[in-house]
Amino acid sequence: MAPPANRRSSYSRRAQYTTFLSYAAGVLGAAVGLALVVISLVNPGFFSALRGLADDASEPAAQMSASGRDLGRDTWAELTGFFHSGAEHARLKRELAEAKVRLAEAKATSAENKRLKDLMALSEPNGGAVAYARLTSSTSASTRRYATLGAGADRNVTPGMPVRSQMGLVGRVLEVGSSSARVLLVTDSESVVPVRRATDGVPAFAQGNGDGTLRIRLINLGINPLRKGDVLVTSGSGGLYRPGTPMAVVTDLIRDGAIARVLSNPSDTDYVMVEKSWAPPPPPPPANDGTVKKR
Amino acid sequence: MFQRSAPRTTSRQRINHAPSRFLARGFPWLTVMLGSLVPGWFMIASAPVMPPLGFLIYLGWRQLRPGLLPIWAGLPLGLFDDLFSGQPFGCAVLLWSLTAIALEIVEVRLPWRNFVTEWLMAMGLIVAYIVLCLALANLAGAASPFRVIVPQVVISVLSYPLVGRVVAMFDRIRLAPIVLLR
Repeated sequence: MAPPANRRSSYSRRAQYTTFLSYAAGVLGAAVGLALVVISLVNPGFFSALRGLADDASEPAAQMSASGRDLGRDTWAELTGFFHSGAEHARLKRELAEAKVRLAEAKATSAENKRLKDLMALSEPNGGAVAYARLTSSTSASTRRYATLGAGADRNVTPGMPVRSQMGLVGRVLEVGSSSARVLLVTDSESVVPVRRATDGVPAFAQGNGDGTLRIRLINLGINPLRKGDVLVTSGSGGLYRPGTPMAVVTDLIRDGAIARVLSNPSDTDYVMVEKSWAPPPPPPPANDGTVKKR
Repeated sequence: MFQRSAPRTTSRQRINHAPSRFLARGFPWLTVMLGSLVPGWFMIASAPVMPPLGFLIYLGWRQLRPGLLPIWAGLPLGLFDDLFSGQPFGCAVLLWSLTAIALEIVEVRLPWRNFVTEWLMAMGLIVAYIVLCLALANLAGAASPFRVIVPQVVISVLSYPLVGRVVAMFDRIRLAPIVLLR
């Protein structure tokens, strides 16, 4: 069937007007969308209250599905663990024996550390946990890496607070709703974290690649001192992330740095800890605060 | 992919029942909104891996039942998607509205349809949608390279026929005769 030469929907005036109006409404929708995009490009935080409301509203259902997710993962871990338990058990016993010795050494070192710091009158403000909560959802279809945290202003979470799991840094709080908060994960390409090598403190920046890896950019360019397997911890410079939080391990070397894998895979963590900011950030940070643009 | 005039045996079995009017009109909207909301709950992803399910379902409804969702449906549905997608706000409103207009224009000029043409059409729209989403996100401050979205594009394009089947299933639910006629 060839398309009809006369493309009028009908001879009825009413039907023609309806068709025209529906097209006009469609174009209007696109225009509204364009206006919204321009507003959010100019002022990224403009719609944060709206997003906060939406996250708060979907919070109970998201919490439920998060617990379901945990259950599924635990069940799978138990099933696989059943087959490996013998060998694992033996290996763990061996490692535990070694670890006990190391722990004793570490205790001695930290005691000595404390004594030396007391001597020099360097007191570190003890940052505590603000809240423990689940990451309930994430933007899994977008190139941006945001997650939603199941705690908000009701549990004293404020923008800028670092979020970590027991394995390492996860991200930082960006927008806060009343019972939920939006977290910028460290793998987002807008997130830049100052890091240093755990062993000798080579300084660098860890920027997200957007695909689950981090790009490590060395501050002092020259011969690349990084090696595969190096562990990077946050350095605390800039005063947002607490120093010494484990962050990533180097997997590939590139000319001016490295590609690293994040230590705490956010999909493997059930509860995360929201910490106080390392130093109070000067003004309340806008969405682009503490980040670097590539262009 | 879509059986347009599938014989509805269920309605013939229950002659004194009719489809719920609310479900028949509202179910497409509901499924698209769930498609925008629910995939984020399944995993805390560290890369864009899930297909943009809200968009796929929206496209599926548009292709299965042209005219069921009005052309301006991209405005409210995209607004809802933007609340949860993490894209710069307004991205989905703009792109979903443009999708509807593009689809209408193509369907007027191309009345032949079968599985392949519909899939090809959807393929073009999906690839354009994901690429433009990346471009808008990068414009808003991100700096993700192009290769990040390649797996997502492949997954989305390949899963679209499946989404089409699911939408067809939704369509049967939508028209299930559940209201008793008196």
